[in-house]
Amino acid sequence: MSVKTLTIDGVDVAIEEGATLLTAAKEAGVHIPTLCHLEGVTDVGACRLCLVEIEGINKLLPACVTEVSEGMKVHTNTETLQEYRRMVVEMLFSEGNHICAVCVVNGNCQLQDAAIEVGMDHTRFPYRFPQRDVDVSHDRFGLDHNRCILCTRCVRVCDEIEGAHVWDVAGRGPASRIISGLAQPWGEVEACTSCGKCVDACPTGSLFRKGSTVAEMEKDRGKVEFLVTAREEHKWTR
Amino acid sequence: MDLTELQEIAEAERQAQKSIRVHCCTSTGCQAANSLGVKKNLEGAVKAADLGDRVQVVGVGCMGFCGRGPLVEIDPQDKLYEEVTPDDAASIIESLNGGTATANEGDLNHPFFARQMRIVRETSGKIDPERIEEYIAAGGYQSLYKVIHDMTPAEVVDQISKSGLRGRGGGGYPTGLKWATMAKMPGEQKYVICNADEGDPGAFMDRSVLESDPHRVLEGMAIAGYAVGATQAFIYVRAEYPLAIDRLQKAIKQAKRLSLLGSQIFGSPFDFKVDIRIGAGAFVCGEETALIASVEGGRGLPRPRPPYPAQSGLWGCPTLINNVETFANIAVIIREGAEWYANIGTEKSKGTKVFALTGKIRNNGLIEVPMGITLREIVEEMGGGVPDGEVKAVQTGGPSGGCIPASLLDTPVDYDSLVTIGSMMGSGGMVVMDETTSMIEVAQFYMEFCRGETCGKCIPCRVGTVQMYQALTKILKGEATMRDIEQLEQLCGMVKDTSLCGLGQTAPNPVMSTLRYFRDEYLVLLQDSPNGKVAVKS
Repeated sequence: MSVKTLTIDGVDVAIEEGATLLTAAKEAGVHIPTLCHLEGVTDVGACRLCLVEIEGINKLLPACVTEVSEGMKVHTNTETLQEYRRMVVEMLFSEGNHICAVCVVNGNCQLQDAAIEVGMDHTRFPYRFPQRDVDVSHDRFGLDHNRCILCTRCVRVCDEIEGAHVWDVAGRGPASRIISGLAQPWGEVEACTSCGKCVDACPTGSLFRKGSTVAEMEKDRGKVEFLVTAREEHKWTR
Repeated sequence: MDLTELQEIAEAERQAQKSIRVHCCTSTGCQAANSLGVKKNLEGAVKAADLGDRVQVVGVGCMGFCGRGPLVEIDPQDKLYEEVTPDDAASIIESLNGGTATANEGDLNHPFFARQMRIVRETSGKIDPERIEEYIAAGGYQSLYKVIHDMTPAEVVDQISKSGLRGRGGGGYPTGLKWATMAKMPGEQKYVICNADEGDPGAFMDRSVLESDPHRVLEGMAIAGYAVGATQAFIYVRAEYPLAIDRLQKAIKQAKRLSLLGSQIFGSPFDFKVDIRIGAGAFVCGEETALIASVEGGRGLPRPRPPYPAQSGLWGCPTLINNVETFANIAVIIREGAEWYANIGTEKSKGTKVFALTGKIRNNGLIEVPMGITLREIVEEMGGGVPDGEVKAVQTGGPSGGCIPASLLDTPVDYDSLVTIGSMMGSGGMVVMDETTSMIEVAQFYMEFCRGETCGKCIPCRVGTVQMYQALTKILKGEATMRDIEQLEQLCGMVKDTSLCGLGQTAPNPVMSTLRYFRDEYLVLLQDSPNGKVAVKS
């Protein structure tokens, strides 16, 4: 296995070939915001928050799926990137109905964290106020489409870790939505093992455990990474 | 099958052809105008006049002048009849015996025809697309024989590289380089895919090629397969093209019957199988990674590149994806040689390009022109200009392209010139607009299209197109201020720079080009600029 050396925001980093820029940045102590990335499942490069600039490449590339290469000079926090990241978060807020004050994960929400991180205190895009449903047909869990940002973490976790593939995306563009089973109410999907991994993986309050009141619900987002490490490396400690 | 047998089929076909051929267009456009009724009556008239021994009615593919269909051409007398009705049929046949035809006679010397150079469409409108024998009689499958027997795969790749052919899907990536990359990829299993998911509003070139000459595409694909080491190919064609699908199916069956596809082609160890995959009609599936996902049976979503399909495509194997028109060029390049091809066109854009010329223009239809011809020559000479008034703009490249103002009509049509002025070649849609057209409405139309066709995977494209559409609507309603224009421009930049695939990266182009060239139209609609005279930094 060979090792590549590169600089990320001026910090030198040496990392094994095949690693992604996101991993390399972590190693270099540089934080890059993400929403669709979750340790333990495959990356899709969809949220575009982790876009970085690389000298000599005129396109912005997503750090989560871009492999390191020798001598790369990566910039993760330029003015353009800051502006674009803020716009991404603003777009998410304008797209759905994100009302933090009445959300079960208020204070534990990664969308909220991202907003704070990129310095968003309002969105300059008009809100769309879409009509979206809430599915509480499952005994233990609920799905509030109003808070969903379509990061597809639940889809990937259920497919790749639990192996049940309960979740999928239906529709196109602005009409896209997460569905369970063949667009059945979640409670009627026989494939669902009620393992709750999707709930833990969800960055927002879209998937939640019933019975949690506002600001009470804490998610265990490290669970997936723990399970993967446990399975693959037989390390059972956290 | 060997070369002698192929030539025998060609010779037998030529012998069997009658001295006078009445070509009747049976492509989608003319069929919609009842060309099948015309064809039936023509056949009846030949029978009635007892001319069966020297006159033959042939259902052919597209002749190009789609705006005046149904078209009937008499070969070899070079007479063209336009807007033919079934009632005209008898008189057309009588004219062969010295009578006068009641149908409108077209002028084959008109610049619309005379300025064309036909490579991709050389036999389109001249042969029956449903009979392989006619394609073989026109020299078909000889290039495939030549590459298999006289050339190494490396020599084929070299020829394509030297020809300077660039991808006709719109991006203009050098085809030879793509093939060379593929040929060098290790792996037992490789795939060839023909992208026939043409979905640009106003574009129908690929459909026409598939309907008029499916074997040309199949031959190009087989040559590609030989050159890059692939044995399995797929044609991904949208379900909205039923006639193209039907003719492709027939063509594949006929080619297999003659062992021109399948196992041991021309008695060589080269196997090449072609299957059709029908797409449900999502614009994003024209993007290569989304197309691959769709062929695999999944949801047609793009994924970040690299890895490019040449490295990891269909089921993780190296995959060559080219557009219909690109493949349709291949057999001719092999037949005539790379140098011949490289002499056509401009320095960096070789060969010809097929355009679907539509909109506010006298002569609507398909044209094939050498690269480097100016937009003015196409629009004013070939197209005959706008029926009433002046050309205001030409939209090229569909939702990925832009609006070119009349002042830039002298721009040569090639990949790089079009990009320089904020548009692009795209797959070849060319929509002419006159002075009555609102450019903001045009931008809004394309944004509405993109808003509906974005797959929804990445946020800039999913939300950005909606926001841009809303901003354009607000401007059109007269409710916008200067701030909205600034925000619209900001959105354009952001969606272009941050979207995951080509759909989002190019979706802002129609808006950006209209803001660049027709800014005044936006400004007069702003609330805070009643006179439209606002100092704006451009």
